[in-house]
Amino acid sequence: MSLKITSSGLLTTIQDAGRFGYQKEGIIVSGPMDAFAFRIANLLVGNEESAAAIETTFLGPKINFETDHLISLTGGDLSPTINGEKVKMWRPVFVPAGSLLEFNTPASGSRAYLAVSGSFTLPKVLGSYATYLRAEVGGFKGRALQAGDLLPCPGPTPAGEHLQQRLTKNKPISEWVQASWTPAPRLFPYLDFNPTLRIIKGPEFAQFTPASQQAFLEEEFIVTTDSDRMGYRLQGIPLLLQEPRELISSAVTFGTIQVPPEGHPIALLADHQTTGGYPRIGQVITADFSKLAQVPLGKKVRFREISLEDAQYLYLKQEQHIREIKQAVSYKVRL
Amino acid sequence: MDDLVKTSEMPEVNFYPLGDAAIVLEFGDHIDRLTHGYIQAFTAYLDQHLFPGLVEYVPAFTTLTIYYDPWVVGQQGLVNPYATVAARLQEMLLHVKTNPEKPAVKVIEIPVHYGGKYGADLEYVANSHGLKPKEVIKLHTQTTYLVYMMGFAPGFPYLGGMAPEIATPRKEKPRARVPAGSVGIAGKQTGVYPIQSPGGWQLIGRTPLLLFSPHRDKPSLLEAGDSIRFVPISEKQFDKIKEKEAARES
Repeated sequence: MSLKITSSGLLTTIQDAGRFGYQKEGIIVSGPMDAFAFRIANLLVGNEESAAAIETTFLGPKINFETDHLISLTGGDLSPTINGEKVKMWRPVFVPAGSLLEFNTPASGSRAYLAVSGSFTLPKVLGSYATYLRAEVGGFKGRALQAGDLLPCPGPTPAGEHLQQRLTKNKPISEWVQASWTPAPRLFPYLDFNPTLRIIKGPEFAQFTPASQQAFLEEEFIVTTDSDRMGYRLQGIPLLLQEPRELISSAVTFGTIQVPPEGHPIALLADHQTTGGYPRIGQVITADFSKLAQVPLGKKVRFREISLEDAQYLYLKQEQHIREIKQAVSYKVRL
Repeated sequence: MDDLVKTSEMPEVNFYPLGDAAIVLEFGDHIDRLTHGYIQAFTAYLDQHLFPGLVEYVPAFTTLTIYYDPWVVGQQGLVNPYATVAARLQEMLLHVKTNPEKPAVKVIEIPVHYGGKYGADLEYVANSHGLKPKEVIKLHTQTTYLVYMMGFAPGFPYLGGMAPEIATPRKEKPRARVPAGSVGIAGKQTGVYPIQSPGGWQLIGRTPLLLFSPHRDKPSLLEAGDSIRFVPISEKQFDKIKEKEAARES
């Protein structure tokens, strides 16, 4: 059971939920940029939601399925096709041996997830399959996938096997088949190119000039091409401190918006460093991480302040949604 | 403030959120051993009193950031997650005592071969202070350094205690590749590059020890609270230790 990468795409990596517990030693979390899409991708093929899956960025790879597989594609719509035919996202798909998955001009968002039922046979490093590019740790040989890589798979999970049998019933064995259902299409807001991201004020918000505080909450910021999995570099009205201050380094996290002295903010993402010494003007709420991670380079974002209480309410609501999707999938498995 | 912690009570601690899934405890506003001691005492207590929903924590110079799962801490929406975790940590603070009779910390020795091909900037550092390279080595090795916190890169220690006489600004043009193990000076700081990376530190030597190895149970050689000393070694000793480290890896 295996997948063969025949073209790498822009940046294609193995990620699981992340490498937790080692940040105190300077070891970053890594993991998916869009954790929501990543978790759903796994649920759709009967995997644990934290199982290793493939994350691909903007220009996707070409992947050859050397054996039969149950897969799903979620996240940004990078216009995937199987054997040249359009395939729908956010649902289980059966692909017979010899099928070719390709991606075309992105339609919305900037990263997609490919989950394979049963996940991959790879070594865990420090308790995780996530690829930590800078330290060359985890994932597939500690690096992004390249043409020629062969990803071994253990075969589908029992739940995945059920889903696959239902999909292929009364169908010729040589055809790929996509499910006619998706657990909850209303949950996937991936079409907003220039989103407004909800934030709570960062610990150093009050240290910025009143004009900068206002600009941060009212103006647009462009996501520059100098952005990567560590963070988005944003360009807009420079955000300046009331007086220059040497800040004492402290923890930073996914969604932290820090501002280096020249005034252009950086929104930290999955490969963020564990600690930083720049003032933190804001913090994107967890419920908007998907929107943040899916903004294509060159597009604009705005920020809107909400309370911590509301942010946590939205966090819990999103978790509730994921549990509903899980239920919906397990109902399909039991049918 | 170079004394060991003598106080037995915790100071006033500030709480603030870092987003919707982390809380920061601020133990002071200065980098000093006293504040560091409080954070160490609290994390030691936390290690013994882990609670459901605690994900991990990151100690820094003056803060301890605690990551939590709002779903678990908030009991699936029954209670306010931030208020609940803050109350729990506040309660813990009342129980933590910093131990005035703390046993002497073990000093970890980091062997370093100074100068030559491993320390291309040693001469420069010496010249810019009117010192001989030998004197720089002496000043660098005579101090016991405290690991205040980890960060920047896997296994990278922020060290306190370097002799101010050898403080040297970063290189104007950073190197594209600094090999793992390189020991450098940047301003008032000294440190060791745990993995190969670009960097602008003035390189004075290299250690054959691995500061970061993902294949070990404890991937980082050092952790916050450790004391370290640099010990000068010959090139021959360097090679020998390097071989041993390589053997441990395979």
